Amino acid sequence: MNGVHDMGGMHGMGPVEVEKNEPVFHSDWEARVHALNIACSSHRKWNIDMGRHSRERIPPAEYLAATYYEKWLRGLEMLLLENGLVTAKELETGRAESKTSEASVLRPSEVTAYLRVRRLARLDDEVAPKFRPGDRVLTHNDHPIGHTRLPRYARGRRGTVERDHGVFIFPDTHAMTRDRKPQHCYSVRFAARELWGPGASARDSVYVDLWDDHLDPV
Amino acid sequence: MSDHDHPHHEEEHEHDRPLSGPALRAKALESLLVEKGLVDPKALDELIDTYETKVGPRNGARIVARAWVDPAYRKRLLADATTAIAEFGFIGRQGEDMVVLENTPKVRNVVVCTLCSCYPWPVLGLPPVWYKSAPYRARAVIDPRGVLKELGEDVPSGVEVRVWDSTAELRYLVLPERPAGTEGWSEDELAEIVTRDAMIGVAQVKVPERSKR
Repeated sequence: MNGVHDMGGMHGMGPVEVEKNEPVFHSDWEARVHALNIACSSHRKWNIDMGRHSRERIPPAEYLAATYYEKWLRGLEMLLLENGLVTAKELETGRAESKTSEASVLRPSEVTAYLRVRRLARLDDEVAPKFRPGDRVLTHNDHPIGHTRLPRYARGRRGTVERDHGVFIFPDTHAMTRDRKPQHCYSVRFAARELWGPGASARDSVYVDLWDDHLDPV
Repeated sequence: MSDHDHPHHEEEHEHDRPLSGPALRAKALESLLVEKGLVDPKALDELIDTYETKVGPRNGARIVARAWVDPAYRKRLLADATTAIAEFGFIGRQGEDMVVLENTPKVRNVVVCTLCSCYPWPVLGLPPVWYKSAPYRARAVIDPRGVLKELGEDVPSGVEVRVWDSTAELRYLVLPERPAGTEGWSEDELAEIVTRDAMIGVAQVKVPERSKR
């Protein structure tokens, strides 16, 4: 979707401000929101791409005004509601209408092992690559209303396949219908001038990880 | 300093006031999920402790220092970063598939996530606010040299800048150049001077004045 989350190349955002000796969390509630997101993921009611898409759907003005963990809180509420773990009335009143005893509740003794699990975006499926390193490619000029990992600034642009990462879940469908649609993911190099015009440095480039379904041969 | 011009006035009194805004909403959500039996609050404590004390850029610094002193490790790291980093036990969430980018005198690598906040948690911990902020996400791809200059890094025009936008489940770690003047240093001494920002690619590793010999 052409949302404000797709920020690459936007102007007017101001300087990059670095905080010296920054703490991991700036307040208790930020830490709780971070932990709640991970703990709730143990129920496996949604995948990481659905999670990203929840935050992308925060209305643009709110998205820009919200702090990072406000977005994660808002996104988590959406995921819990849309996937049936809480009801709208429960969210509104804060009181449980029903209780569960799910075996999938993350327990303290399981945390270390849970964080070390490789959540496999990389798949074992045998799918032939459509491209090889060195191939010239043209990215699709698509504007889907759903989730996509092809940023606007890299659409309809010519690049070169630098590296084949192997077969991965395709996030664009995984976020919308849970269809993994296994296919190759590549690191694609774009000359800075191809993306930003003659004002950009002739030496520089941007590398974007893209999938077979984003690319056509040149 | 009088009380009213204390710069942290608001923050210091945060705990004296009733919760409001997101703090209240987060508390309400946690209470609801605990009451429903969906979340164990002790697991939240454990998760927070992990990210506050067990992961962070010191992990990544050990990888870089090893690569600087051990050419065979460097080769493994550049060929298959996931496996080479797992030798240290740094694996799991948001580091499932790793790629290491080598800086050279002619090439500088810079990592960003323009669409969200992808970052290699097992080796760098959780990202700083600036990395997740609109200015960095917007500008790193269109004006990397301007961003680096603001952060104190003037990249010569003869040096190539490569920006890596983390759009897939691949996480990038920059292998910075080893600074001159560190010949003969131990791996532990080298790890001490490797910074988070150098491993994101927005800074170079420098020898601190106090460490100069």
